[in-house]
Amino acid sequence: MFFTYLRRELRRRRKAALVVASGLALGIALVIVVSSVSSGMGKAQDKVLQSLYGLGTDMTVTKAAPAQADSSDRPRFRFDAQDNGSGAEQSSDRVMVQGFQTLSAATVTKVDRQTGVSDAVGGLSLQVIKVSGEFTRGQFQQNQNGGNQQGGPGANGGGSGQPQGEVRGGGANFDVNSYSVFGTDVTKAALGPLTSSKITSGRTFKSTETDAKVAVVDSAYAKEKKLKVGSTVTVKSVKFKVIGVATADSGDAAANVYVPLTQAQTLSDSKNKVTTIYVKATDSQKIDSVKSTIQKNISGTTVTTSADLADTVSGSLSTASSLATNVGKWLSIAVLVAAFLVAGLLTSSAVSRRVREFGTLKALGWKSGRVTRQVVGEAMVNGLLGGALGIALGLAGAYVVTAISPTLQAQLGGGGGANSGPGGGGFGGPGRQAAAKTLEVALTAPVSVTTVSIAVGLAVAGGLIAGAFGGWRASRLRPADALRRVE
Amino acid sequence: MYELRSVTKRYSRGKDTVDALAGVDLTIADGDRLVIQGPTGGGKSTLLQMLGALDKPTEGEVVLDGTDLAKLSEARLTRVRSENIGFVFQSFNLIPTLTAQENVETALVPLGVKVKERRERAAEALTSVGLGERLRHLPSELSGGQQQRVAIARALVKEPKVLLADEPTGNLDESMRDEIMDVLERMWKELGLTFIMVTHDSAIAKKAPRLATIRKGRITVKENAAS
Repeated sequence: MFFTYLRRELRRRRKAALVVASGLALGIALVIVVSSVSSGMGKAQDKVLQSLYGLGTDMTVTKAAPAQADSSDRPRFRFDAQDNGSGAEQSSDRVMVQGFQTLSAATVTKVDRQTGVSDAVGGLSLQVIKVSGEFTRGQFQQNQNGGNQQGGPGANGGGSGQPQGEVRGGGANFDVNSYSVFGTDVTKAALGPLTSSKITSGRTFKSTETDAKVAVVDSAYAKEKKLKVGSTVTVKSVKFKVIGVATADSGDAAANVYVPLTQAQTLSDSKNKVTTIYVKATDSQKIDSVKSTIQKNISGTTVTTSADLADTVSGSLSTASSLATNVGKWLSIAVLVAAFLVAGLLTSSAVSRRVREFGTLKALGWKSGRVTRQVVGEAMVNGLLGGALGIALGLAGAYVVTAISPTLQAQLGGGGGANSGPGGGGFGGPGRQAAAKTLEVALTAPVSVTTVSIAVGLAVAGGLIAGAFGGWRASRLRPADALRRVE
Repeated sequence: MYELRSVTKRYSRGKDTVDALAGVDLTIADGDRLVIQGPTGGGKSTLLQMLGALDKPTEGEVVLDGTDLAKLSEARLTRVRSENIGFVFQSFNLIPTLTAQENVETALVPLGVKVKERRERAAEALTSVGLGERLRHLPSELSGGQQQRVAIARALVKEPKVLLADEPTGNLDESMRDEIMDVLERMWKELGLTFIMVTHDSAIAKKAPRLATIRKGRITVKENAAS
């Protein structure tokens, strides 16, 4: 009887049912779109952040560089001038550790041993400045009419016999080339900045190539320098064979050239040193506690989590993200509350119109609970109908957002000094300490199972709230109402 | 058997109080047929509510087969209604979305009768009031007289001890009125139940063996020797 009665009532009151269901549907659709856009924003941010520290990294450990760089640390170039016309090109490159003070390799092991740390890997960021070109010596040229020139006032007149003339020509024609090199731990390929790039040509490092003179170059840099697999990259007179070309997922690579860590340490005379430790936590929910553990146990280090870094993301991505989380959230809540209220009031008023009907059932001996169940059942079906409609609408909305995929800009670490302290760089891969970087990310709106479950939960809640309104009213009806003479 | 002793039902609205029933004493024997008459607002409906276990008196006792309904909980009253009392209303009070058969079944739902048996008994009850061919019709597809016959079948399907009818012919034209009265009288005789009916129709009242008149909450009962 419950289902027969329920079905018939819903069919009879389909207009009212449709109004209730539509209201709920709108609210639920909004929740789906907003939460999926929010999660899309999160993904976009993650993508931006991954470009910095690679996939799977939960936090990095660094040691900030001193506030004032010592002048002795600055690269100095010395070239001897050569005879004009010799045509010999001279070049000199300086390899500097970038942005941070170095940490010893022992620290990596120490970090790895901390509770909650699943894996830790060290990396060394280097900046190479290469100056190359011709430095020619000027030629002395004798004056043609030298004697006359010497006869001026104050001249001692004793110049005869000495060559008269000046140095002409000579100078320098040189090129400055600056690029970043990242020393990566080839034994742990799953962690570190290289994980955010895909090998598009050649191969990546083998775990045996700990000290091999091989390099993986970023595709953009490879294009610029016309490098390909098999080419040679020379850093400080050391020739590295290019074994692979990597393309960064976000279009912005962490470094121009990747070499095995030991090689990078040799190049920069920083044996057993790293600049950044990439840490993966055993449980991504416990990142904050792992962060404080590391900070407590290894003094003088800066631990940066992706959440810390996300705070430094600005630009339209950040604006849209806060729009989605604030305005979107409140809008969804407002619409949902309104929908719940409308559903509740409509159900309640439907009960008022059916006073005699329910009174009659009570007079026939139906318990209040049975009558209430009938009302709640109808409201629940309305809620679920609204939920189904809302999920369809929400999925369509999310699909449209993904189809359009508006481009958002993310500025990384803008004014980053505030967050990352002296020496800048924040989470820092190579080439990043200059802070403000702009990335473009396409926004998608992925709908997760959780979102859909939330939507179903909301639909049920909507039905229950509406049912509670109506059911409460129905339960208070007196059986004597059956004797009412007017409908 | 009903025994009403000094039954008073008082309604208050603000400072005003109205006694819809003022010390009513009444005995109705099993198998009795009582017609209640009286002006509008005289207390007819209130008396029917007391007899039908729909409401409790402010004072006094409403004893049905030895049980004082005034002292029962809501749940027990609901049970008394579902088992012992059949109602027929002036406006039929059928559930508009349910078929004739399903409407009759609603009376068996609180008794926990299984679906199959429920359907069979509902069909039988409808056949006994001459609607065996209309089981699957909705109320809107039936005439007023047919709707009231569905309501009578609904009241009687559970085989109650008491049948309470509140102006059962009030919404019907004359030919239908006779038809319904015939059905009710036949059922009363066949089933041997106590039949209490409120009516405005003096023609029906005249034929009643026992006629109770309520005015301003007070009752007078007259035995009609003619019937």
